[in-house]
Amino acid sequence: MYAIKTTNLTKKYKDKTAVNSLNLTVNKGELYALLGVNGAGKSTTIKMLSCLIPPTSGDALLLDNSIVSDSAKVKQLINVSPQETAVAEKLSVRENLELVARIYGADRKTAKSKVDDMIEKFDMHEIVNSRAKTLSGGWQRRLSIAMALISEPEILFLDEPTLGLDVLARRELWTVIEKLKGKITIILTTHYLEEAEALSDRIGIMAKGELKAENTAENLKRLADTDSFEEAFIRIAGEGVK
Amino acid sequence: MRTIVFASRNTKEILRDVITLFFGLVFPLVIMVLLSAINSSIPKEAAEATTLFQIQNLAPGISVFGLSFISLFSAQLISKDRTTSFVLRLFTSPLKAFEFILGYTLPLVPMSIAQTAICYIAAIFFGLEVTPNILLAIVVNIPIALVFIALGLLAGTFLNEKAVGGICGALLTNLSAWFSNIWFDTSLVGGWFESLANAMPFAHAVNSARYVISGEYGKIMPELMWVIVYAVVLLALAITAFTMKMKRNK
Repeated sequence: MYAIKTTNLTKKYKDKTAVNSLNLTVNKGELYALLGVNGAGKSTTIKMLSCLIPPTSGDALLLDNSIVSDSAKVKQLINVSPQETAVAEKLSVRENLELVARIYGADRKTAKSKVDDMIEKFDMHEIVNSRAKTLSGGWQRRLSIAMALISEPEILFLDEPTLGLDVLARRELWTVIEKLKGKITIILTTHYLEEAEALSDRIGIMAKGELKAENTAENLKRLADTDSFEEAFIRIAGEGVK
Repeated sequence: MRTIVFASRNTKEILRDVITLFFGLVFPLVIMVLLSAINSSIPKEAAEATTLFQIQNLAPGISVFGLSFISLFSAQLISKDRTTSFVLRLFTSPLKAFEFILGYTLPLVPMSIAQTAICYIAAIFFGLEVTPNILLAIVVNIPIALVFIALGLLAGTFLNEKAVGGICGALLTNLSAWFSNIWFDTSLVGGWFESLANAMPFAHAVNSARYVISGEYGKIMPELMWVIVYAVVLLALAITAFTMKMKRNK
């Protein structure tokens, strides 16, 4: 069973096709990076897979549950760390985590235990009682990912998790993401090519709403006949090497 | 349970916003103090002719006017959740559209009741007679509170944070002030102005609260029905608009 399997997944907005007949598979426990220039269709794909918008046609099965006919079940299995930090600003770190845990059905006692676990895993002891809006960008991102993980999702969507962070904060977050590898399935979108290369098991490159290529970073470089992943991305996104 | 959890979060967000709380709770009281002071300075003959600013008329009016700031609470909360993408996170959760709206609405109902109660308690110090009618007046204000909450939810669903400040903080408070019989009797202006005032819920809400305080119980329901219909329609519109927004994910 795949974690994600899309079948001709398509999204159209009036005369514009944002995602065109996408067919991709993601294995369980895999970290799959979705790359593409702006407007390539990766955000629309993530939105469809996370049940935020319905596809125009086609379907996707997430752990065998359809995003079209069984979105309620899909929502119980996934969680998302959106591009913006998406935290409740006037709530403390602990309160933010508790909120998400309880919305996903945990009772008060279980939620507290889950929060303690997350604080331990993400080393957030020093900020646990701080209000979210007072945190640095790096800490907010870390909190955002912890909030996405507290519901114990089987599939996690990380949308540009390191956008706008300085080099140190980005590397710290990489460490956090690396620790998750193999435990849950992660779909990562990013504009930082070195991030995708360093973290992913496989990479899918989208352009103009279509999946142009998917493989490991090494194989993509080989396919594009170059030693540089950036060059490989440019060639594939620009020309569509299969 | 999910609704209660979400409502609890919203309560904390509102109570921790000091500036909004000031405008919601303290500002109407400041107006009452000022107008009561003005009223006490008016010569006796003129004061008897101008009953609008006497505390039994002023307190119900201010209690309704104060509730207009509740729109600002609800609008800012939703709008901010949208702009920070917090709502996007929640859209991928098992929360449903009606749970969102209930979660945003529920904390504001007790706040509205508290605000009205504080207004009447303050009015007692300015000479309002203590009668059981005050308790009924607090209940009678609930429909107009729902109207303001729903207007805020609608504004917050469509507008950004800056725009809701203008729409709910300035335009709506002015509308509810001008067309409500609080500061002047709209029948004195007459014509389209009076018709417009009568077509909106604000004057009817003030009238029903005044009838409660004066003990004219038979006149309450014809006025209050206007407000109740507005509350039901606007809440239905807010739920519909929010559901559509959820589906379009904007």
